Amino acid sequence: MIRRILPALAGLALLAFLISPGSFAPLFQPFTRNNAPAIYTQTSLLSLTLSHLAIVALAVAASTVAGLVLAILVTRGAGREFLPLARTVTAVGQTFPPVAVLALAVPVLGFGTGPTLVALFLYGLLPVFENALAGLSNQPAPVAEAARAMGLTPRQRLWQIDLPLALPLLLAGMRLTAVISLGTATIGSTVAARTLGEVIIAGLLSSNTAFVLQGGLVVGILAVLIHHAFQAAEVRARRRMGLD
Amino acid sequence: MIEIRHLTRVYDGVPVVNDVSLTIGTGELAVLVGTSGSGKTTLLRMINRLVQPTSGQVLVEGVDTATLPAHLLRRRIGYAIQGHGLFPHRTVAQNIATVPRLLGWPRARIDARVDELLALFQLDPATFRNRMPHQLSGGQAQRVGVARALAAKPDLLLMDEPFGALDPLIRAKAQADLRAIQQKLGTTLILVTHDMQEAVDLGDRIAVMDGGRLLQYDHPARILTQPAAPFVRDLIGATDRPLRLLSLKTVGDLAQPGDAEGPAIPPEATLHDALAECLWTGRTALPVQGGGIVTLDALRAEARPR
Repeated sequence: MIRRILPALAGLALLAFLISPGSFAPLFQPFTRNNAPAIYTQTSLLSLTLSHLAIVALAVAASTVAGLVLAILVTRGAGREFLPLARTVTAVGQTFPPVAVLALAVPVLGFGTGPTLVALFLYGLLPVFENALAGLSNQPAPVAEAARAMGLTPRQRLWQIDLPLALPLLLAGMRLTAVISLGTATIGSTVAARTLGEVIIAGLLSSNTAFVLQGGLVVGILAVLIHHAFQAAEVRARRRMGLD
Repeated sequence: MIEIRHLTRVYDGVPVVNDVSLTIGTGELAVLVGTSGSGKTTLLRMINRLVQPTSGQVLVEGVDTATLPAHLLRRRIGYAIQGHGLFPHRTVAQNIATVPRLLGWPRARIDARVDELLALFQLDPATFRNRMPHQLSGGQAQRVGVARALAAKPDLLLMDEPFGALDPLIRAKAQADLRAIQQKLGTTLILVTHDMQEAVDLGDRIAVMDGGRLLQYDHPARILTQPAAPFVRDLIGATDRPLRLLSLKTVGDLAQPGDAEGPAIPPEATLHDALAECLWTGRTALPVQGGGIVTLDALRAEARPR
């Protein structure tokens, strides 16, 4: 019960704050100095949040498609030889600092959303790829054997058996990627992407802790909610197969 | 009719199946029996080309299986394995419908076939149609696995240790049911087991394999009374031999006119059952239901090679 009520309350509080940030000013007032404004009003917090979510959604979708396709390619036929290479590439994507990616991407793509998408895409590739790989390769041997023996073609086995069975692990990978990207997207504002990082950076520049706090809180609550939604989808997918 | 001609499979220079030839008549139940590593499973898997033969041929109704695309061949051959291999994300009905769906049967025909098979395997269609595999008991899952293998009315059914995961009580029932269903449908069946008793109970013919070679392929009675090699004799087990021989015939085969005391035995009981009943109740003859008797002397004569 409490596992459902808490996220619901957090979601409602977040919605109320985004629709009418002004009403929460007294809460943030103690964190300001010299009568500085308690609430960020340069840009609408709601539109920043939506833009932030859109960038993350786009990056997660791209990472998922790329990670999944890569995992499919290296788990069948001639692609198996490229498994170590794919692992290295995705691991480098994860270890290369997103800030450095931004710095490298700006000269090519210019300021704005582009470099942020590239940084998030590379950063989120590893969890999706590794989880999809585990899901596609750790299938019960009798199931794989039965699928072959029933006369399913390789393509039919992929769509009808392998991918549905890998779904719970794939969702777990997407959850990790989404949560990581949600936090990391804030740095996109250093290269003029419209994310909630804008609020945090404004707070840093003007020494206004209230701004930093509200930017961070919105991102944090979003992360918790998204984590929860993915987990619920995972549990449903696992229950269906009798894994829980 | 299934003809296996000089079938060989070599792994890393070692023959796992070595020049095996045998013929299985239409509607027959052939059992491949042997210890683990004898090549019996590899031989079975070469029939539907889950394993590609190194050399030799498999002919189904005179057609060389190598001339068909493997996935089309497999849709014509039923396959059931130990641990059933049901697809965990699909309902019982969807599992059973796998091959009919691949063959593009119309929806109504598939639904009717699923219900027909569930009923045949004594699973109430309304109750079991929409269950998920993890909601089934071991025996139920095994039956659904066999139902799935039979769904598209294959002429040939292959089974790899289908009863291996079942406890003894359920296994005996599953074996009897399989035999009844096989006879009713007239499906040719090739079954792999390491259990000689299962082979004797089920098989019209038994193929004994060891080290990749076919040692003997014959009717159960001849395997028991005239083993072709010491290995075959060891596999039968000297102490169980007379009892296995008795389990091949029914009381009805041996009934003779006469009168006897005590409760009657059904004519479809095996001679093995009749012997046990004689010993347990201390009788020298049993009345047979529907008339006649079976005597201990007659049983004794049947338990010896002739």
